[in-house]
Amino acid sequence: MLEGIFKVLSDAIFYNLIREDRYLLFVNGFKVSIQLTVFAALIGVAIGLLMAISKLTNNRILNRIATAYTDVIRGTPSVVQLIVIYYAILGSSHLPKILVASIAFGINSGAYVTELIRAGILAVDKGQMEAARSLGLSYYQSMRYVIVPQAIKNILPALVSEFIVLLKETAIAGYIALDDLTRAGTIVRGRTFDPYTPFILVALIYLYITSILTAFMGRLERRLRQSD
Amino acid sequence: MIKVVDLHKYFGNLQVLKGVNNEIKKGEVVCIIGASGSGKSTFLRCLNLLEEPTKGEIYIGGVSITEHMKDINKLRQKVGMVFQQFNLFPHMTATENIMLAPVRVKGMPQDEARKKAVELLRKVGLPDKDDVYPSQLSGGQKQRVAIARALAMDPEIMLFDEPTSALDPEMVGEVLAVMKQLAHEGMTMVVVTHEMGFAREVGNRILFMDEGIIAEEGTPEEMFSNPKKERTRAFLSKVL
Ligand SMILES: Nc1ncnc2c1ncn2[C@@H]1O[C@H](COP(=O)(O)OP(=O)(O)OP(=O)(O)O)[C@@H](O)[C@H]1O
Ligand SMILES: [Mg+2]
Repeated sequence: MLEGIFKVLSDAIFYNLIREDRYLLFVNGFKVSIQLTVFAALIGVAIGLLMAISKLTNNRILNRIATAYTDVIRGTPSVVQLIVIYYAILGSSHLPKILVASIAFGINSGAYVTELIRAGILAVDKGQMEAARSLGLSYYQSMRYVIVPQAIKNILPALVSEFIVLLKETAIAGYIALDDLTRAGTIVRGRTFDPYTPFILVALIYLYITSILTAFMGRLERRLRQSD
Repeated sequence: MIKVVDLHKYFGNLQVLKGVNNEIKKGEVVCIIGASGSGKSTFLRCLNLLEEPTKGEIYIGGVSITEHMKDINKLRQKVGMVFQQFNLFPHMTATENIMLAPVRVKGMPQDEARKKAVELLRKVGLPDKDDVYPSQLSGGQKQRVAIARALAMDPEIMLFDEPTSALDPEMVGEVLAVMKQLAHEGMTMVVVTHEMGFAREVGNRILFMDEGIIAEEGTPEEMFSNPKKERTRAFLSKVL
């Protein structure tokens, strides 16, 4: 009985990881997923900052643009966005595939980051701005020295949580023929005809990264709360 | 020092100030009393343009501030404000709260600003709270830091909006004492308050606001012992 289980496990490991160096497919897929997530996160934060500011200013045109952007992104499936952005807009350029995909995911994540930053700033008591302005600080100085430092405490933990979501979202990168971690699972399954093991491995790898991020988020939250 | 002419303020369709006129002299302590919703805060907040007047003129030191909305930051340096909810910056120590505006607005060197902050904390009776964060202070202590913060810009006028209303009763006295001291030093003060004892003792003049206008005004003796208007009498009989 025990021998039987052992045999099944060692076979699974042999065929899905060792034979033909298949573990390399997972390793490379892991690298692609991480690169994609990091680039997309950077692009998303940059877009999110710009759009959050656009939403918070009194400029009507900027308000409209930012609102249209977040509405469209949050109102459509990310797979659809990825394909449209990839083929229709960026596919014709000669940029590396992974960069184009990062931009697509960044544009997607940016909408959620926008809302996150906006909510973080709005959560700061409005008396803070009034007190700063009443002392003679300009709007910009009040934002910089009074509002933003407090908003960051609201924003940072939520941002880490958005990165976790983003990492999982990149699992659809296979739709544009990018060999990410999930795609590695599909490729290995195609060779071994083992329906379970490749994706259990993939799931464990995702879980490993997200649990690191989750632990980091918890520590960050505690640190930020302490400094109050 | 302050002259208000026919001041009107609307919030959308709601008319909150319906033609306020008054003149406040240098060194005067003016207390504003009146029922909730009568427009006291709105009037006070117009004086440093936290609210933009819909109509009318406000002159401070002879200059129309309503005409010079661009120089708003300059104006606010001359007019300190103390809020009911203190509004201290929670991510800064007491000293840093006080230093912020002198350093960033006036460009005062850090060490000079720090020295000034320490002096001001001593003045409001908190000599040992330099490096303490607002969350570690009691309500009364917070409000005294807030007063010190406003004083750091050497304002010519101080505005107080119910500075003791958010305090536990046992802490009201310490804040009023600081305000009284300021008044004795000759600061021009406009104080919205429900503390009739303070208004009577420290105020030079009392304004009774009712439904967006100054319905009656006079010295504390006139107002408290012998109010002329029925509305004033009705209000005072409720609060005294
Ligand atoms: N920003 C605003 N937007 C809309 N309405 C407002 C605003 N600020 C004040 N009001 C309204 O204006 C009226 C007067 O408010 P104000 O705060 O000046 O009264 P108050 O005399 O200070 O009252 P209280 O004693 O309760 O502080 C109220 O009806 C209030 O609801
Ligand atoms: Mg009020």
